[in-house]
Amino acid sequence: MPFEWMVALRYLREGRVQSLLILTGVAVGVGVIVFLSALIGGLQDSLIQRTLGTQAHIVLRRPDEMPRTLIDREGGAGITARVERPAQRLRSVLQWQQAMDAIGRVPGVTAVTPTVTGAAFARQGTANRAVLLRGVDPTSFQRIIDIKARIVAGRFDVTAADAVIGVELASALGLTVGDKLRLVAPDDRSDVVTVRGIFDIGNKDANERWVFVSLRSAQTLLDLAGGVSTIEVRVSDIFSAEPVAVQLTAATGLQADSWMRTNTQLLVGLRSQSQSSVMIQVFVIIAVALGIASVLVVSVVQKSREIGILKAIGTPTRRIIRVFLIEGALVGLSGSVLGIALGAALALFFASLATNPDGSSTFPVNLTVALFVRSACIATATGIVAAAAPAHRAARLDPVEVIRYG
Amino acid sequence: MDDGLLRVDQVTKQYGDRVITRVLHGVSFDLAPGEFAALVGPSGSGKSTLLHLLGLLDRPTSGRIVLRGCDTAGLGQRALGAFRGRTLGFVFQFHHLLPAFTALENVMMPALAARGRPDQDMRRRATALLERVGLSDRLNYRATDLSGGQQQRVAVARALSMSPALVLADEPTGNLDTESGDQVFALLREFNREQGTAFLLVTHDPRLAARCDRVIDLVDGRVRSDRRDPRAASGGDRPAGPA
Ligand SMILES: Nc1ncnc2c1ncn2[C@@H]1O[C@H](COP(=O)(O)OP(=O)(O)O)[C@@H](O)[C@H]1O
Ligand SMILES: [Mg+2]
Repeated sequence: MPFEWMVALRYLREGRVQSLLILTGVAVGVGVIVFLSALIGGLQDSLIQRTLGTQAHIVLRRPDEMPRTLIDREGGAGITARVERPAQRLRSVLQWQQAMDAIGRVPGVTAVTPTVTGAAFARQGTANRAVLLRGVDPTSFQRIIDIKARIVAGRFDVTAADAVIGVELASALGLTVGDKLRLVAPDDRSDVVTVRGIFDIGNKDANERWVFVSLRSAQTLLDLAGGVSTIEVRVSDIFSAEPVAVQLTAATGLQADSWMRTNTQLLVGLRSQSQSSVMIQVFVIIAVALGIASVLVVSVVQKSREIGILKAIGTPTRRIIRVFLIEGALVGLSGSVLGIALGAALALFFASLATNPDGSSTFPVNLTVALFVRSACIATATGIVAAAAPAHRAARLDPVEVIRYG
Repeated sequence: MDDGLLRVDQVTKQYGDRVITRVLHGVSFDLAPGEFAALVGPSGSGKSTLLHLLGLLDRPTSGRIVLRGCDTAGLGQRALGAFRGRTLGFVFQFHHLLPAFTALENVMMPALAARGRPDQDMRRRATALLERVGLSDRLNYRATDLSGGQQQRVAVARALSMSPALVLADEPTGNLDTESGDQVFALLREFNREQGTAFLLVTHDPRLAARCDRVIDLVDGRVRSDRRDPRAASGGDRPAGPA
């Protein structure tokens, strides 16, 4: 073992009480950071997941179909909000098959699906509901939004004259799997479909309005024979959706709206939440650093005799500095291991306090290896930085003073 | 002259900025390789101060200290440390072992501090030295678990661990009972005879001084006498320098 490590370890073991004191301080600090990050990370992830559970990462449509200003004014309202406006005649994306091929070749894109989306009415007896018709190719659409996982009755099957509807709509119209339903387009074209499945996507609006039908049914009802109104895209990294959308526009000439653009308010909220969390972490780190530094300064004073002897027998100053930096790094690292365990345990306990009916936690926590590694690195670096002042104090010690006065 | 081990030339030392304390007033003498010399003198005469200067732990106010032909005034802090490690060994009055370490680790420490990591050679040499000072059964004792005499013998082993040309010892027997003191002194003498290591040791004990080859008497920061044959006990004022 190198000289510096041997001396550092010996001193840490010798000053048991002090070492324990710093270790506890670091552990509590790191515990707070891990707990806080896990909680906020979990919350943000679940918010984003919930948002993306009903939205494609990127939606492409004809550029002139919908003026950009309308979308911007609507902020985070999403697809469903757009249908509220007076229906206008849908226009197909030109040469959508070639566009799909071009989109599939853009790096970062993991799935592409054509959809025909438009307003319609669902009629059952005397009941009449405004719905959003979602004509999809079930296989490729499943890769954009995981509907199968959200099916509560029947199957996600829209091959022929079938429909899959949300739980709210089903109960409003008194429908169950196997029942028939009449869909009426704004221009009074209509079609009768069989309910094959009922989904609960965790979003009231979608549960009330979405009606999945086959692409062909939607094309017929919405008078869009052979065409599609939108192309929906999934990307590998959700936070690269906006840059990918820009690339897609360049590649296809279509208007591409990323989820980040349609949910700017959510993102602004998340960002300011992250910033306040970072602020808290910074203050915790400062407190931990001051704690480490003050305990190490005391230990340098207490060890001035030994440091003097080490210098007198020819120990280079740089080695003495390293001894204390290593001590700082070691308490930072080992304290962070304890702190990570502490923070993780606390987060898991917190998560177990309240659960949703489906068994998932109401307080989702996000405990990742990346968080642990980051916390350990921060704590170790903090230890080293905090040890710098005590180390230089030790380096400045005059061995003659020590030797002369015992 | 440069084939000598140590040349001290008109060395002065003063402390303080406003209130100036002059401790050494132009001390000069030479030390040949393998010499075994005592530095005596009343308390406060500047013996420890001189030893710290010779040990390169401090710098003189004026004058030159030439060690093995090298004027130490020209060396930087880092070079001084390295030079000290290679050339000099120390034994202090208050043992000054590292309490957190074992006897063996203490003896290995100078080599370890210089080279960075332990090796078998270091361990073997330290073990042999501790055997030589009669502590083969105390290798892994904590320094604090040893008696005063034992601690000082560990300190002697440590001083010799880097095979220094010169060992500076400041009252190495000062805190020991007569028997332990004699043991330690005998050890120093043996190392001097066997390995040709030069010694300059401060002592208050006239009995021990009489057993040295040379006695340098320091009074009020000046060399009052420098006798090659202490047993003659003439007390004459021979000037400093080789005979
Ligand atoms: N740092 C210092 N500042 C002022 N005076 C000092 C300092 N160190 C030593 N002295 C003085 O120098 C004188 C010689 O001290 P020292 O070398 O220890 O003598 P000795 O070892 O011969 O007893 C003493 O009077 C002491 O007070
Ligand atoms: Mg003294």
